[in-house]
Amino acid sequence: MAATVFMIVRLRSLFAVVMLSGIYSLLAAVMFVVLDAVDVAFTEAAVGAGISTVLMLGALALVKSEEKTPERTAILPLLAALVAGAALVYGTLDMPHYGDPNAPAQKHVAPTYLMESVPKTTVPNVVTSVLASYRGYDTLGETVVILTAGVGVLLLLGGRRRRRKPGKEGE
Amino acid sequence: MIHHLILRVVAKLLIPYILLFGLYVQFHGDFGPGGGFQAGVIFASAFVLYALIYGVEKARQVIPDAVLRVGIGLGVLIYGGTGVVSLLLGANYLDYSPLAHDAPHGQHIGIFAVELGVGITVASVMATIFFQFAGRSERDEED
Repeated sequence: MAATVFMIVRLRSLFAVVMLSGIYSLLAAVMFVVLDAVDVAFTEAAVGAGISTVLMLGALALVKSEEKTPERTAILPLLAALVAGAALVYGTLDMPHYGDPNAPAQKHVAPTYLMESVPKTTVPNVVTSVLASYRGYDTLGETVVILTAGVGVLLLLGGRRRRRKPGKEGE
Repeated sequence: MIHHLILRVVAKLLIPYILLFGLYVQFHGDFGPGGGFQAGVIFASAFVLYALIYGVEKARQVIPDAVLRVGIGLGVLIYGGTGVVSLLLGANYLDYSPLAHDAPHGQHIGIFAVELGVGITVASVMATIFFQFAGRSERDEED
């Protein structure tokens, strides 16, 4: 994954960058499978590697396929990125180990969900019952976010066709 | 580009199975991995594939923009409406327990309904975004 990211930063051909970001998503999906998060892996593979690659290619058809070379090397952003990255790595040192039963994530509401959700909802896939039932508000919010994205794209790109139909002049 | 015979035949063979798999992921989300979000994307990808092979205009005839626009809103409406129904039945918003004669059945129906809403919205939005982007570049080529 690190190699993919490095190539994405280095390459100037946007087509290759789109393909590599698809590969990156696929690798992330594999990582989620290794962590036993099949639902997340499924989403990552379908959305990240599948549809967003296609959407990026669609957007790429509208713009030039070569990235402009920057006129000067950016030292300050590089420094900022390095400091932020180092801070994040430092933050992970305090994190509990993977699979630690005493981690806060395992102590808070997760046991309740795991113990109660199957008798209460009789839905075998706990992810689904947490997502749709216990966390129904969150999922409603996510759906509204997607709705907003669709409306935004329609407003930005959908209007142009109507403007063009009456008279072909302009632009 | 429109006349690749092999691509056309393979796409025609694949699209029904993609749609079927999308429906399976949608309605089997209770039992296996999957749910509305993934199913919506898979369902939309079938239309994207169709548009890639046969052109965006043909795909727009198969699934008109008006249908997609209704779908975008309808999904959220189904989701929110489920919550309103449970309100009317005397429970909290989005508490599915009173939707059927006992709580687990109600949960089943509620989850089914909201996942359906999520699936419809996601599929419509994804297809819309793709059609808008791809349709725009095709229009630019015509000019």
